[in-house]
Amino acid sequence: MYKIIKKKQLNSQVFLIEFEAEDLALAANPGQFVILRVDEFAERFPLTLYDFNPKTGTITVVCQAIGVSTKKLCALSEGDSVVDIAGPLGRAEPVCDIGKVIFIGGGVGTAEVYPIAKAMKRAGNDVTVIIGFRTKDLVICEQEINSVCDNLYVSTDDGSYGRRGFVTDILSELLETEPYDLVYAIGPIIMMKMVSAVTKLKALKTIVSLNSIMIDGTGMCGGCRIKYNGQAKFTCVDGPSFDGHLVDYDDVLLRQGRFKDKEDEGNKHYEHNCRIGLKKDKGC
Amino acid sequence: MREQDPKDRINNFNEVPYGYDEDEAVTEALRCLQCKNPPCVKGCPAEIDIPRFIKAIRERRFSQANEIIRETNNLPAVCGRVCPQEDQCERLCVLKNKGKAINIGNLERFAADWELKNSFSREDLVQSNKIVRNEKIAVIGSGPAGLTCAADLAKKGYQVTLFEALHKPGGVLTYGIPEFRLPKDIVMEEVKKITSLGVDIKYNYVIGKIKTIEKLRDQGYRAFFIATGAGLPYFMGIPGENFNGVYSANEFLTRVNLMKAYKFPEYDTPITVGENVAVVGAGNVAMDSARCALRLGAQKVSIIYRRTENEMPARKDEIDHAREEGVEFHLLTNPVEIIGDNQGQVKKIVCIKNKLGKLDSSGRPRPVAIEDSQFEMAVDTVIIAVGNGSNPLLLDTINGLNLTSKKNIYADDSGRTNIEDIFAGGDIVTGSATVIAAMGAGKRAAKAIDKFLK
Repeated sequence: MYKIIKKKQLNSQVFLIEFEAEDLALAANPGQFVILRVDEFAERFPLTLYDFNPKTGTITVVCQAIGVSTKKLCALSEGDSVVDIAGPLGRAEPVCDIGKVIFIGGGVGTAEVYPIAKAMKRAGNDVTVIIGFRTKDLVICEQEINSVCDNLYVSTDDGSYGRRGFVTDILSELLETEPYDLVYAIGPIIMMKMVSAVTKLKALKTIVSLNSIMIDGTGMCGGCRIKYNGQAKFTCVDGPSFDGHLVDYDDVLLRQGRFKDKEDEGNKHYEHNCRIGLKKDKGC
Repeated sequence: MREQDPKDRINNFNEVPYGYDEDEAVTEALRCLQCKNPPCVKGCPAEIDIPRFIKAIRERRFSQANEIIRETNNLPAVCGRVCPQEDQCERLCVLKNKGKAINIGNLERFAADWELKNSFSREDLVQSNKIVRNEKIAVIGSGPAGLTCAADLAKKGYQVTLFEALHKPGGVLTYGIPEFRLPKDIVMEEVKKITSLGVDIKYNYVIGKIKTIEKLRDQGYRAFFIATGAGLPYFMGIPGENFNGVYSANEFLTRVNLMKAYKFPEYDTPITVGENVAVVGAGNVAMDSARCALRLGAQKVSIIYRRTENEMPARKDEIDHAREEGVEFHLLTNPVEIIGDNQGQVKKIVCIKNKLGKLDSSGRPRPVAIEDSQFEMAVDTVIIAVGNGSNPLLLDTINGLNLTSKKNIYADDSGRTNIEDIFAGGDIVTGSATVIAAMGAGKRAAKAIDKFLK
């Protein structure tokens, strides 16, 4: 059992959750993820580590309540526990001083930018971060990211906060003004696809982090496979980050929706049980 | 053996054979000739004293029968169900030539089940005069090899920690073999017996990630047994394998068995099968996948296999069960492409017909494609069950460990690797094999580790 020692709501759907997980906190590196299972009935699903602290023996994730599993997790309170957290999984992001780096975070992916931007800043890089959201109310992690970068740009689709438009608008402008050494994008697949299209024109190295559907997270099931430069790769062990110019995003998009019907059915079942008070778990 | 009727059982996940009741077991046991020089024992990788446990059954000393088996076999309720006895002990039974071999597997299952059903708190299993040894040993992977090795070492008094990557113990016994062939309650009971010997299991512990072998060495572990299994699914490398509805057998079975997707939405993990399912391959894993698909509501399930029935790697029993349940067999058939729609959903599988050619390196006739034999089958789901390779996740973190050309660990018959304190066994050494072969490897490694630490 892994106990929640802190929970904080970041926007209407997104929560920051800190767990006691001593061995995990000692082993974790930026860019890695964990696989959680909330209760005996729950799915295993991956979440990127937002933070980890070997001194306190805790790890922190940021989770958006969309499906049954994420809703169950986000409905827990401080003091509650989840049954399983496995990790740290995936390859750690190489951290070194390579010069001028742009990080791009979209939506809840913004939280995943934080640990890598922090590490890259500490390693001596000049760090610029662009974060984008649909609207002002959804903005998360602005202060935290501001504290680990040199320049921060915020955009909203509707213009209610920061620049109106998409993260790629700001990216394109920045790339016109001066040279950069690396772009790092984490967010919706379509955003990563657009970012990669922009940077490819400049032959600017771009890394994206994928959040595929997984079960074990150790390469055993192959459910998270992607098409990468004409080859099959497993997001869990070969990733989660990849060269953005070699990922087949359309394939990733289609595979992301492969249980859509069942997810809708599961959601209905969950909401129904919550309404009629059939609380098989505290997730209601 | 009495079994659930095929028409009924394709609608549930309950176990197919009912198992002997006491009288049936005694009747079968009475057929045993009690050979002075029993050939059956030579066929048992776990070296069970078969005539002696059968004698106990015929004298209705059921608990003792179980104890006799447990002297050498830590997982009898599992072995009684999934061992290929027809190729091992039963193949060598004297009565086989005179008609019908003793049904040793089902007698083993009976003795183990009787004990599980009738056991009170079996504190006596832990011997009071047990020698305690201080050496800490790490066993990595809680499948049949790891469980066996851990149990044997604990019986010798060592301090054994079993590290499991998933959230449940058992490895393939839990995530792979379906409930109707090996009920998970049985596996959990067997594991409980092993933990009662003093084995500590740590779940969610992916060695190579949360800790390396080197780190465990620093923490005082004196020997390591790597039994991580064959955990990297092979795909065929044909176009269309990423379409939705194409699963590796590992993913399909893990969803169904470990995550209990067959109880969706009571359990959260989803699975989809649609009406037409094709399973590629003809091993036990393929049969398990096909039979799960039927139980999940598929109307038509086809096994696609490139050779003939003679070469099918699955147990005959499993092939018969699948056929009884209505699984269709497309033999001498090989998929060349999977076709999907613009939503990314599988629609068809394109196959060619084969004929048998000369023997290949495996000693089986090589399938040779027949020209212009291409045809299509409409499918909603394709399950690829063509085997598993070695998972590099842990092995990549061990400097200097000798691997074979197939990236399996290079270990001798007693499990010794080129690194003194590291032993290995089961599928990570042999490639995909059987539960009992893995258990045999676990046993031999336990002996070798004991010798190494003395």
